[in-house]
Formats: sequence, C-alpha cells, structure tokens
Amino acid sequence: MSAGGNGHGHVGQRMRRKEDPRLIMGRASYVEDINVTGQLWCAFVRSPEAHAKIASIDTSAAKARDGIHAVFTGEDLDMEQGLPHAWVPPGVEVATPDHWPLAKGEVNHVGDPVAVVVGNDRYGVVDAAEDVIVEYDPLPAVTDPMAALQDGSPLVHEHLGSNKVHEWGLGSEDVEQALQSADVVVERTVVNHRTAGAPIEPRGVLADYKAGSLTLWSSTQVPNFVRLFTALIVGISEERVRVIAPEVGGGFGSKLQVYGEEILLAWVSRRLDRPVKWIETRSENMLVSHHGRDQIARVRMGATRDGKITALHTQITADFGAYLMLLTGVIPSLGAFVMSGCYEIPSVRVDITGVFTNKCPTDAIRGAGRPEATHMIEVTLEQLAHELGMDRLELRRRNFISEFPYQTPLAVAYDSGNYPGTLDLLLEHIDPDRVRAEADELRSQGIYRGIGFSTYTEICGLAPSRVAGPQVVGVQAGLWESALVRVSVTGGVTVYTGTSPHGQGHETGFAQIVADRLGVDPEHVEVIHGDTGTGPQGLGTYGSRTLSVGGEAVARATAKVADKARRIVAHALEAAPEDIEVRDGKFSVKGSPDKGMTLAEVAGEAYVPADALPADMEPGLEETTFYDPENFVFPFGAHACVVDIDAETGRVDIVRYVAVDDCGRAINPNLIDGQVHGGVVHAIGQALYERVHYDDNGQLVTGTFADYALPSAADVPSFETDRTETPSPVNSLGVKGIGEAGTIAASAAITNAVIDALRPAGVSYMNMPLSPMRVWEAVQEAKGGVA
Amino acid sequence: MASPVRVTLEVNGVRQSADVEPRLLLVHMLRDKLGLTGTHVGCDTSNCGACTVHINGEAVKSCTVLAVQADGAQVRTIEGMGSEGSLHPLQEAFWEHHGLQCGYCTPGMIMAAAHLLDTNPEPSEEDVREALAGNLCRCTGYHNIVKAVLSAARTRETGSAEEPPPPEEGQRTGQELAREGLGA
Repeated sequence: MSAGGNGHGHVGQRMRRKEDPRLIMGRASYVEDINVTGQLWCAFVRSPEAHAKIASIDTSAAKARDGIHAVFTGEDLDMEQGLPHAWVPPGVEVATPDHWPLAKGEVNHVGDPVAVVVGNDRYGVVDAAEDVIVEYDPLPAVTDPMAALQDGSPLVHEHLGSNKVHEWGLGSEDVEQALQSADVVVERTVVNHRTAGAPIEPRGVLADYKAGSLTLWSSTQVPNFVRLFTALIVGISEERVRVIAPEVGGGFGSKLQVYGEEILLAWVSRRLDRPVKWIETRSENMLVSHHGRDQIARVRMGATRDGKITALHTQITADFGAYLMLLTGVIPSLGAFVMSGCYEIPSVRVDITGVFTNKCPTDAIRGAGRPEATHMIEVTLEQLAHELGMDRLELRRRNFISEFPYQTPLAVAYDSGNYPGTLDLLLEHIDPDRVRAEADELRSQGIYRGIGFSTYTEICGLAPSRVAGPQVVGVQAGLWESALVRVSVTGGVTVYTGTSPHGQGHETGFAQIVADRLGVDPEHVEVIHGDTGTGPQGLGTYGSRTLSVGGEAVARATAKVADKARRIVAHALEAAPEDIEVRDGKFSVKGSPDKGMTLAEVAGEAYVPADALPADMEPGLEETTFYDPENFVFPFGAHACVVDIDAETGRVDIVRYVAVDDCGRAINPNLIDGQVHGGVVHAIGQALYERVHYDDNGQLVTGTFADYALPSAADVPSFETDRTETPSPVNSLGVKGIGEAGTIAASAAITNAVIDALRPAGVSYMNMPLSPMRVWEAVQEAKGGVA
Repeated sequence: MASPVRVTLEVNGVRQSADVEPRLLLVHMLRDKLGLTGTHVGCDTSNCGACTVHINGEAVKSCTVLAVQADGAQVRTIEGMGSEGSLHPLQEAFWEHHGLQCGYCTPGMIMAAAHLLDTNPEPSEEDVREALAGNLCRCTGYHNIVKAVLSAARTRETGSAEEPPPPEEGQRTGQELAREGLGA
C-alpha cells in the first residue's frame, strides 16, 4: 500500500477538525467540568519558604471549621515510595532525593506542598487552608546553578552532600584536540532561561475510589504513566485503576508528568472513601507545575578559515530545581542527540552537569532539550560567520549534511533530510538583501531592522525503545505505541489509540489515515483516546510522537483489518485476496470495479457469519497493533525572522516570520500549519517576553499571568509558512513530527535577527529574553554609556 | 460565611435565580450553580480572558465580577451563541480556519470577538489583534484566530441573526461593569 493509502485520498487534505464542534459550542468536558455525586474539594497549603525545616504544623483551627472533613500532612502519608524519576542512564550515577506528595520535615522550594485540606466547598477549603499554621525554621537557599556547584554553597539536600545531580557526556573524545587545531574558535556562553509551559487550562484531578477500585480523571498527557505510578505508590492493583484524560486544555510538556497531586488525591479518596477534586489555580500552576529550559552552556565552535566547521563542544549546566521528576534528568540529553544540528562536524561532544537548586523542578516543556541545543548551535554559527566574515547562509551550506541516513558522532543516525531544499524555498519567500536595504533606510528613523535565520533538525518520535529505553538512553519504559481498530456491525470504525491528545487533532488526522485504507468517510471513523479503561495499553503524547509512532500503529492495525476484509471479500466473490483493492468506497476485484463489497457489507459477513467466512477464520473485524519503530525521525527546516528595534525604548517588533518546515508526508496541512504557528509563538514568548524569575531568596517573582508575559495576539505577527516533503524511511506513512519543531527552530532565528539588527549599534551578542530593558541596556553598553 | 443573597439573571434568554455567597464569582455561578461549563477559568488575575461572557451586550471577564454585581443583568455565554446546525458565524469561522486546538480559550475568544464585531463590523487585522489582546491562547499562535475573526466579519456583512439590544438601563450596568471589572 502506498503512503497515501489507495482509497479516496483523505490523507493530505485540509480537512476541518472532527474535534471542533463540541469545543466551539462550549460542550466539551475538561476535568473541572466533571463532577461526581458526593465529591469533596481539596486545597493545598504550600510553603512560602524556598528552603526550611518544618518545625510544626497546627491543623486544629482548620479542622474545626464547618464542612472540613480532614487535613493531612506529610506525617500522615503511609506510602513506601515517593514520586518517580524514570531515568536511569547506564553507568551514570544520578543523585535522587526522596520526593513525597506532601513534604516530610523539610521544604525545598516555594510552593512545596505541606498539607491538604479536604471539605465540602471549593471556597471553604481555601478559607480553611489559611487557618493551617505552619512554623518554619528557614535554611539558606540557593537559586543560581553555578553558585550551587561552588564549595560552601547551601545544600538543597543536605544528606546528598552536594548539589551536583549527575555528569553525563556524549560524543567525540578528541574534541579538545580538534578545537585546538581549528583556525578559528568562537566561544559563547548561551543562556536558555527558565520558562513555564503555561497551558491555558491549569491542571486538575478528580479521584473516585470505591469498593477497591479507583477512577482518576486528570488533565494529563500520559494517563497510562499516571495509572501505573498511582497503582504502585498508593498500593492499588493496577487493573483496578482507571485513569481518564478527558478534554485536556493544552499541555506543552507540563502535563507529561506524574504529579504529587494525582497520587495524593487517589490516596485521600481511598482514605476518606469519598470522591475528591482539586483544580489548580494559575498561581499554583506557575509555582509547582514543572518548568523548562534553565540551561547555561559554554559553547565552543571551531572551523577552518574557509568555513568548514571542524569541532563543537557544549558544556551544559542544567538547573533541575529541587527534585527529579519523571524525566527531569534526561531533558538536556535529548538536546545532546542533535547537538550537531544540520551540519557535518567531525568532532562533536556534549557534557552535561545537572544541579539542584531551591526552585521548582524542571522537566519537559515543548521541545525539551532540543530548543536549547538548536539555540546553541544556530546562534553560535551566526557568531562564527561574523568572525569569518562569511555570509551566514553560505557558512550553513558549506556544512550541511548531504547524504542520508547520516550517522552523527552523537550516537544517532538521521533518517532523511534535504537541508538545502528548505533553505532554497525559504529564500523564495524572503530576500535578505532587500531586508538589508530596508534596514539601511530605517536606521535614520532610529529603527534598527535585522534578519536572522535558523536551519534546524530535531529528533522526535519517541520510541524507539531499543535506543530510548533502559539499555541505551536509560528511560525506564518501553516507548512503542498501540492502536486498536474496530469495525462495528454497521461498518463504522472506532479507533483506540494509546496516544493522548491535548489539542493536536488526533481524531481528525487518524480518521483520515483510516478512511483511506478502509474505503469509508472520515465522518464514520471515531477516535477514542485518553482512557486506560478502553483500548490497549499505551504511552501518551509527547516528543512529537503522535503521528510517527501512534499514527503508524493506527495505519498498521488498519492494514490488518483491511487484510482480513480482503480475505472475506475474496471468499464471498470467489476471487484471490491479492486481487481485492479498496476503490471508491468498496473492497472490489481489480479490473472489475462493479464486483465489490462496502465495509458495512464486509462487517455484516464478519459479525453475522453464515457461510460467508473462510473455514479457518474467526468472526469479528478488529485488530490491535503494538508498533516500536526502528529509529527516531528527524524533521528539519529553515526559518527566517525580521525584527525592528526601537533604539529609544529597546522594544523588539517581529515584522516578518517565515517558516519552511519538512515533517515528511503531510496527513493534514491545516494541523501542520497550526502546530508551526503555535510552536513559533511559544519560542517568541521565550525569546522576547517570558521568564520564570526567582529572586536570590528563592521567591518566585513571576507567579501570575500579570508578571509572566505570555505573548498576546497584539504582540505577534501573522506568519508565512511553507513546506517541503521528504518522506521518512522509518515508517510506512513517511511521516515525521511537527508539534515541537516551531519552538525548536524559532528562538535562534529571533535572537540572530536582534543581534543582526543591533550590530550597527555595536552590539555583537545577546542572550534571551530580549526584553526592552535588556536590549536598551545592551545598546547603551555598546555606546560606552552607563547602562 | 455571610448569609446567602438571592441573585437573578437572564442567562442565554432563560431567567435563573440562585442563593449565593456574596463573594461568589459570576463565573462560578455560571459554571457550578447553572451548569454552564463552557465558560472557563484560566488564571486568577483577569489576564487570560477564558471566562469572557457578555453582560448586557458588553464583553466582560466573568472571573472579575461577583454574581451579586450582575443581579438583574442579561448574560450571554458560549452556550447561547449557537448550536449544532445553527452555529454563530464566529463558531463556523473558528472551525473552518482551524482557529482552535485544545479549545480551552475558545469560548472566551469567541465572546470577545463577538463583542468586537458588534462594535466594529469591519475590523482591520490590527483591530482584531488589539481587541483580543486580553484573551490568551497558548496553542494557535493567534494566526488562525485572527483569520477566523476577519472571515466571520465578512460573513456577517452579508447578514446574520443579531442578538436583540439590551434595555437601556441594563446597557449602563454592563458598561459600568465592563469599565470596573474588565481587568487587563
């Protein structure tokens, strides 16, 4: 079967989404919209201290209030294990402190939960939480990861003896030598500051334990992980735990987690024998939903005078915050696998040091390690081009990888690519010389215009277990995906996927794939997701894996169904199964399009078997697949950004943004464009506006949307997007991933544009966020004035 | 706890009364007392706009209004905008132009956009971006939302059902609330 199937060609169409009617009418059900009779509400008491011993907790006043059923603290917990960290890299020691759903004796960051109050009413539990009196003995806190590594630094976890979490390295052993023999070496300190996922729906949990079984609704990207760890930690047999991710209002990695609140509400529900509900406030979300990025890298790039990059070494200090959550430790390593970007660099090495600080833990946020890596390479490369006096795009072209598969020095093999192709297409949309001419004109008006580029590749489609799993990368899980495709008696199709969407459009994209292969309208293909009580075991949605792993599983399960259908039709029409094809909505005999059966007719035979089934065939028409790919997939592209900077105010305006991406074959271009737009704006947020900021005492300064500036519609432009299609050889669909690509690519393009704009003002390098104050200061400093 | 107060609203054309705590937010009355869960809460500082509804024809962030302040008002929520088979032009346009992904901000976006089109039937792209600056979306990058609103504006020019104007006094209350309570 060809990549597009051989039916009506729904694949590749800009089909509008099947998900949308319920969402645009306000009829969708997110966790907060779900209520269970008899439910109680929970509110948390959280630490206002960044680091302290808990001297005492007095819950009596809270318990005495009307309608309060219970107040629990860490002392009440009877769990034998705490929250999971699922990364155990072979041969590397990772210092892993205990992490409990409620603090036991010590708090390690502002927001650490100290007690939970349970009562009748959502306002009443907040009142009661204010009546819980906690006395703290403050301990010195450390918030700067570099300072945390110094001798004499306060220790986040005294008993571990150090703030160092781990050291992990990958790549060429000879990189120091290679740098020494380079004609030119540029060295930069690249800071990827801390950001928040900030989905517009905060998290929420509703736990209903009764008669030995638990149903847990959670706003999560990974219901199966939540099920497994809830079962293990709370001590309920896994088959008696059902986790449902209903409508999920965005995740961006921040809901790829097993959170203490999920575990705790399950425990409280069992303890009280009542359903219990908790809805995170935005302030809590900023405090305790894991953050991302927070890496400081020393980047050294060496090259020959004529522009051949010969060596790259990045030494990353990664601020993990106070605890290791599900994948905290592995995030910078995900970036390491693509540290050489689109370039053939003979000697590349990445060294990572993880550090504890008294801040909220970091973990996956859209891109998870790869935006940081791309920023390091692409910004440093433009710095190198300036150093060499060479055109930035020419330098890229001289170093592009041209043959695939390409084995990098960083343990992975790129599946396919055409890097000059996306760059050429980008230049059809935007003429850098023209931007340069405009910049010369605008300067007299006090406006600095600049253009920046980013040519990226990234690694996604997590899977494959063989590499990502325990033996190589060290994630303690398989990373395959499953699908079950069920044809109903009347010929409608239900697909159960183990992926778990939060806005991506799985219901539409998967329906298009199935429709082509079974000769039905996508209208008659329903996709069920996010419920561990239905369908096979699955692994959720993250790492741009939905289509290349989950979608391929759907395609394979569908192919099995089509195969059985062909055998049924062949038997009924006395033809050979290999002569049956899907054409015009029917399984028909090749060359005799009149002779055929619709899927509904096939289902009739399968479910009401008279003599129409072959003798050795079971009745029914449904199939399951577990798919574990052979390799990752590597999307790529070329982005350009044009900015105008007001020298008086330091304000950066994005005037144009052009994105050319290649994510392999397109299933639904609308969904691709949507992911690119959103991904790019996520990076615009980091580059220009957003920063999770703690003061030196570990107080979170950006604790609300009034202080943490998500970009609004008025802050960003419309985008110009285009695509090339280089199929991935890894899966039969030929697809890669696109959920994170925009975020991975864009911060470097924006930063390069700002630096380019400010070069005439004497600025040669800047780190994000490129806020008006910092831009203005950089200009003043370059002038030699007092910033 | 202060004694409950009787609040009567006309919500989506239906008269609704409830005894509520004086501190109850309008958004919680709509969601928890009246079961209209299409209006969402995304922040606690009136920045995100997911809770935007119409009070006497004005777009208001319902997390910033006490239910008692809205007593006697006409309230319109996303559930009153359109239904299967007779969607509001903005709902159609958001669907057609892929103006939503996770859908959480969408009801508030549609309500804010509807108010824009009521007051400025032929907005420019900049008008739309400014009008929606108080409604945050993390998924779409706004590109397709803006496209959808501009497209709905064009559709509406060719005529569609308008909601009847609110009574004069109600209009004043609505404008007052909008001024006091709109937040960011």
